[in-house]
Parts: sequence; C-alpha cells; structure tokens
Amino acid sequence: MATRVLLLLGTKKGAFIAESDAARRSWTLRGPYCETWPMNHVIADPRSGTIYGGGGNEWFGPAVWKSTDFGETWTHSSAGMAYPAGDEPIKAVWSIAPGPDGLYAGVQPAGLFHSADEGQIWRHVEGLRRHPSQQHWQPGGGGLILHSLVRHPHDDRQLWVGISTAGVFHTADGGDTWEPRNRGTRADFMPEGQNYPEVGQCVHCLVMAPGMPDRLYQQNHCGMYRSDDGGKRWDSIEAGLPSTFGFPAAAHPRDPETLYLLPLNGDSTGRYVPDGKAAVWRTRDAGRTWQDLRNGLPQQNAYFGVLRQAMATDSLETAGVYFGTSSGALFASRDEGDGWNCIAEHLPSILSVETLVVKD
Amino acid sequence: MTEPPTVIVILPGALQRLFPGSPRRVELAGSTVDEALDALDARWPGIRDRICDSTPAIRRHINVFVDGERAALDTPLAAGSTVIVLTAVSGG
Repeated sequence: MATRVLLLLGTKKGAFIAESDAARRSWTLRGPYCETWPMNHVIADPRSGTIYGGGGNEWFGPAVWKSTDFGETWTHSSAGMAYPAGDEPIKAVWSIAPGPDGLYAGVQPAGLFHSADEGQIWRHVEGLRRHPSQQHWQPGGGGLILHSLVRHPHDDRQLWVGISTAGVFHTADGGDTWEPRNRGTRADFMPEGQNYPEVGQCVHCLVMAPGMPDRLYQQNHCGMYRSDDGGKRWDSIEAGLPSTFGFPAAAHPRDPETLYLLPLNGDSTGRYVPDGKAAVWRTRDAGRTWQDLRNGLPQQNAYFGVLRQAMATDSLETAGVYFGTSSGALFASRDEGDGWNCIAEHLPSILSVETLVVKD
Repeated sequence: MTEPPTVIVILPGALQRLFPGSPRRVELAGSTVDEALDALDARWPGIRDRICDSTPAIRRHINVFVDGERAALDTPLAAGSTVIVLTAVSGG
C-alpha cells in the first residue's frame, strides 16, 4: 500500500502543498492555490481527505476554500458567514476544524461559524459573541482573531477556542454557552496586580494531547502552559526554555507527554529565534524538562519567526515534525525532531502548516 | 409595476477567476446597484459576497462605477447604464 504524506501550507499568497512518500526523504511542491489569497489555515479532514482553506482577501473578503482532489481544483464559499447588519464585517477566516458533525471556522473579528454541509453554508454560533466579556476583547498584533479550535475527540458538544486577545473559552453544549479557561495564565501586559484576569490573556496556540482530552498545552504571549483538567487550571511549563514567548505548539500524534514548541526571543526584541539560531524544543515528560533540537537547522544569522499555526506533526510511526517560517522556508524532520532538512524556501510568508497522510 | 431596466455589468478579471464561466460583460436587470448585484448573484451564487460586505456596503477595496461615477448600493440605474466593478489598489 502506497503512502502519501501531504504538507498543507497556508501562506500570505495562496495555499501550497508539499508531498512525499512514507520515507519523507524527497519532497515536491505545488501551488500557489486559492487565487493567491492570503490563506491563514489550510487543513484536511483525515476521514475524507477533503482539504479546506480559510482565508481572506482585501478585495473580496473572507471565504473557506475546498478541494476534494488533494488540491488540484478548488471551490470557495462564504454563504451565511456574516454578522448582523451594522456590525463590523468579517475580514478573514483564521482557523478550521473538521469533525463528525461538520466543520467549525474561526474568523476575524473573533467569532465562530459551523457548517453541516462540508463548507457550503455557514451558520453563526452566536453564543460565543454573546459572552459578557466580548465587549472587552482586544485585537492583538494579528487582529482580533479566533485562531485555535480544539475539538473533543469523543464529544461533539465540547470545543475549546483560543482568541487573541481574549484567551481560551470552552463550551460543553455545542456553542450555546461558554466558560473562560484562563486560570493560571499570565497577562504581563496588564498593570501589576491585574496579571491574572479571568479573560484578556493573549493565547497564541492551543493543542490537545493525544488520547488525553483533559490535557491541553498552550503557547501564550506570556508563557507556556499545560492543563490536565481541560483548561480549568493552567500550570507553567516554561522552566528550561530560552524565553517565555513564541507562537506555535504541536502535539505528538500518539504520546501525550511529548510536545514541540518554537520559542522566539521575545515580544519586544524582534520576535525571531533566540540569538539568530533556530531550534525546536521538545519535551518527553509533559513539560517538566526540555531538549533543544538543532541538527540541520540554521545556527547563524537566522532572523525568522514561526507563526501560531505554522508547526505540525504527522501521524506516521516515527512522527514527522514540520514548521514554516515568516521568511518562507519550510523545515521537516522525519525522526520526531532529531534531524531537520529545509525542504522549500523562498515561499511567501508561511502562516500555517498541517499534515495529511493518505494510504492509497 | 414597471420592469427593472436592463443594464450592463463589467466584471474585473480577478473576480471572473473566482466564478468559472462568468463573463467579462453581462446584461441583467436592476433598478439600483443593489438589485443588479442580486441579479448577478442569482446567476453566479456567492458573487455578491465578494463585492459587498454585511454592513451592507460595497467592500472597502472594491469600486463600483455607474456611467463613470463612483456608486453605492442605492445608486439608481437607468436602461442601458454601465456598471463597472473594479478592484482598487490594495495589497503588498
């Protein structure tokens, strides 16, 4: 049985796909797709192989693009993806999460939509923006965006979202009501004494540990965290890391103790890899200790960043790890991060990386 | 009730590429820009959302001209009016 490994890239100028086989030694690149729209998140539904891309174009507004032939042809729709008349219009789609009951899409300004027909018609999940804190949500550097969507693997009614800058919210009733899940995460940008608010934290990336739905990891503007109770309480896991700042986090496909982060030097010092030397940091014990992985990554004059959705793992037996940079380079490891290769460069700024493994 | 006038709508290439089969020039009926865009959407579902946002208004970086004058959704149309949809300068 042949195995295809697809890396799905959202970039500032379209979607791209890098493809290899199970060995993951050589890669081919194709694209740009989606009419070179800025594509904030490109992701596949692993059950069907359908690829969805969320983005927004300065001329034509937000849309979710869709391909049922691994990227050869695309259609798009934003039908129903609108706030009430008079409200600030939706600028772009930032995140997509497929599941058994349909697709969720997170948008800018922050809100949530659901499609029960594979992305043709969208319905506003109004409960999120009805949360009393909504009037206090503040845009971060990337805008007021809903960029993280984490679905419960066995309960369609449960969903976690990450909003910059509002924090993490959880619903247990399919989106009617929401509860902030930010206790223990810092807001260093608030005045002293107000650094642990109920909402207003700048979450950058939220991921779930495989096989442990109560375990979440979070890269925040202000620290790295783990929760073992679905986000009700967060504990810092930043000891041993070179900074408290970064954007992406990627969970291992099977080991809930393994997490990958890519810390940057700091929010006010350039937001590139520390000392111009690239490293992915891996924990094998749920954040208690960290190892820097540098083999094959540039160790001088590297002044790139890696954005919130731009690191991912694949599902093969020895997991692949991938990240895309703000300067348009794509790095791949086929051995869980021990060794790295640059498999594409000179792409537009990479906004998201996701994987799809297809067994023909 | 009088029939809405027949007008000519000219679409930009970047918009045509999003709706395969849509022509550069199309004749349809509408007594305002708003109605003409509804008629356009009836032929190519979704095209109105690319030109208008939900406020509702013509998108910030789209310009619509009626017989040479910049128009809004409520701009009236007469028989034979030419409605030109253009992409404004934008991007990076």
